[in-house]
Amino acid sequence: MHTILAKNQLSPNVTRLDVLAPRIAEIKQPGQFVIVRRGEGDERIPLTIADADPAQGTIALVIQAVGKGTRELVALNVGDAIRDVAGPLGHPTELISAGRALCVGGGVGTAVVHPIAKALHARGVQVTSVIGGRSKEWVIFEEELAICGEVIVCTDDGSYGRKGFVTDATRELLEAGGIDIAYAVGPVPMMRAVANLTRPFNVHTVVSLNPVMVDGTGMCGGCRVDVGGETKFACVDGPEFDGHLVDFDLLADRLQTYREFEQRVNACADGQCNIRK
Amino acid sequence: MQPKITAKERMQITRQIMPEQDAAQRSGNFKEVNLGFNEQLAILEAQRCIQCREAKCIAGCPVHVNIPRFIQCIVNEDLSGAAESLFSDNALPAISGRVCPQEEQCEASCIRGLKGMPVAIGYLERFIADWARSQVIQGEKPNPAPLSGRKVAVVGAGPAGLTAAGELVKQGHDVTVYEALHKPGGVLVYGIPEFRLPKKIVAAEVERLTKAGVKIECNVVIGRTYTIPELRERFDAVFIANGAGLPVFMNVPGENFKGVYAANEYLTRVNLMEAYDKENANTPVLVGKRVAVVGGGNVAMDAVRTAKRLGAERAMIVYRRTKDEMPARVEEIHHAEHEGIDFELLVAPLEVIGDEKRWVTGLKCNRMELGEPDASGRRKPQVIPGSEFVIDCDVVVVAIGTKANPLLTATCPDLKLNKWGNIETDANGMTSVAGVFAGGDIVRGAATVILAMGDGKRAAKAIDRYLQHV
Repeated sequence: MHTILAKNQLSPNVTRLDVLAPRIAEIKQPGQFVIVRRGEGDERIPLTIADADPAQGTIALVIQAVGKGTRELVALNVGDAIRDVAGPLGHPTELISAGRALCVGGGVGTAVVHPIAKALHARGVQVTSVIGGRSKEWVIFEEELAICGEVIVCTDDGSYGRKGFVTDATRELLEAGGIDIAYAVGPVPMMRAVANLTRPFNVHTVVSLNPVMVDGTGMCGGCRVDVGGETKFACVDGPEFDGHLVDFDLLADRLQTYREFEQRVNACADGQCNIRK
Repeated sequence: MQPKITAKERMQITRQIMPEQDAAQRSGNFKEVNLGFNEQLAILEAQRCIQCREAKCIAGCPVHVNIPRFIQCIVNEDLSGAAESLFSDNALPAISGRVCPQEEQCEASCIRGLKGMPVAIGYLERFIADWARSQVIQGEKPNPAPLSGRKVAVVGAGPAGLTAAGELVKQGHDVTVYEALHKPGGVLVYGIPEFRLPKKIVAAEVERLTKAGVKIECNVVIGRTYTIPELRERFDAVFIANGAGLPVFMNVPGENFKGVYAANEYLTRVNLMEAYDKENANTPVLVGKRVAVVGGGNVAMDAVRTAKRLGAERAMIVYRRTKDEMPARVEEIHHAEHEGIDFELLVAPLEVIGDEKRWVTGLKCNRMELGEPDASGRRKPQVIPGSEFVIDCDVVVVAIGTKANPLLTATCPDLKLNKWGNIETDANGMTSVAGVFAGGDIVRGAATVILAMGDGKRAAKAIDRYLQHV
């Protein structure tokens, strides 16, 4: 059992849980994830490790409550426990050791970008983070990223930072030059847009993919993605890949596989239907 | 005690039929198909055994169960004697009695099979194992061996790992099993469906092991949470039995469309993640009106029968050879036929067809004919030119095998692998790293539960010998 030691609401639908998992806290590296199962009968949910405190033995899970499973997870309180946490899974991020890195985070993906920015900063890489949200209340991890370098905050409505999408600020930074590598994590359209922006500048772009996953150890093959015309398993070959080679259409498409099920389950969880008793 | 019967009477008894759930009824539920012998049927069947002096059935069994000995106990109505005999040879008889391909092993060697039907050894094994589980033996513990003070790590709580753990704990070793998933059992819980192997049976076997002192830690992924070199530092020996690995796909266009599953994923969703319980499941599975399962092995049969039970109007096997070449157990093929599974035989997929939203709508195939035997001894299927056609389906399940998962081996470069990435071992199951043993599918490639159990048993013996000499 993995006790929750701290809980913080980061934005209207994003919650941070600091969960006891000492071995994972000790060895996890940026880019790696865990698979979490709240309790008996619950689904297995892959979550990127946003931070870790080896001394306290905790890992930080940043969860966007979108479906029944994630909503039930964020309904847990300090002192409650998560039944299963397996990991750390996936390959660590490929980090450059000198130069300047652009870290682009959209929505909950900003939490995934954070450990990457932190590790780059520790290596002496100059980090510029571009993060965004709908409005001020949706912006997360700004303070943590500010420790790693410059942060440019973008909001769709201009309620905080500059008005516009993260792609606008990204384009300007690319045009100004001097970027050696880009890391982009967020919704599929955002990652695709960033990869399309960096391509003409020949800036290597790492994206972290979030396909449907079951076991997370390569056994099921559900998380297959197309990278450069080859089928890869995100859980064991990734989750990070060269953004210029990823077939984002396929990824977005496969993410729709269980949409109908999810909508039905969510409706039931909201008490709007009786199909599932 | 039964009155002693004459040899003639013995030979006149015909093989007893396994009672089973009605085919029409069972194809709509996930309850076990075979209902099991009662004591009367078991004794009658046991009497068919002629107690060969040189019992070929024992040699036919991968774990060398002394079959005539436990069968004679049944004839004598000494069921606890039969159980004691059986369990001393086989740690998991309730499982092997259900999933072994007996017709290729013990029963293939049975003398009674020369004229008529072999003794139903598998059914008798299952009967004794189930009887033993029903006996609540309280306060009685098997004589534990003196503690050796040696620690052994087992990687994977599947058939090989659980068997090895059971044997090692009997020898007094301190055994910890690391399981990557959230529940122990490996393929017994994620792969083999409830209707063939009820999960409560696996749970009971696991509980028996933990009561005997085996420690099982779930959610530990060796190769990620710990590496083999790290385990080697903390344990006196390590047994790697992490299983079958990565699913193989057909490598045809359209294979990433929505509605195409590897059998591993399809079965894991339904079994381990309990998607068979459609009203309550938190993990979804696409049910499909017409489900095409590609392959002819046990995994394909499990998947296609699962599809039928989930509610498919048409569930079919797509196989490029004929029924005679299918590697599946004969009983599974028969059960599938009775349940209304269609067989598209001598058919090989070319392409998965999808609609504009990339949902599967069909499987384009070639018709095949059998040519000369290939390296496997089976006649090689050849394409009949111009025979292309499309099978209408909305779900495709690919059950054509697995290949070695590099997750663990990549973090232990000293492990010698063969060209397919499987771990190489010597006759004792020891790898190229001293004190590290391996068995089951990570050594053999995809094989059977009983062969994995045999590897576990053999490796446990070798580990015990190794620990006495270091």
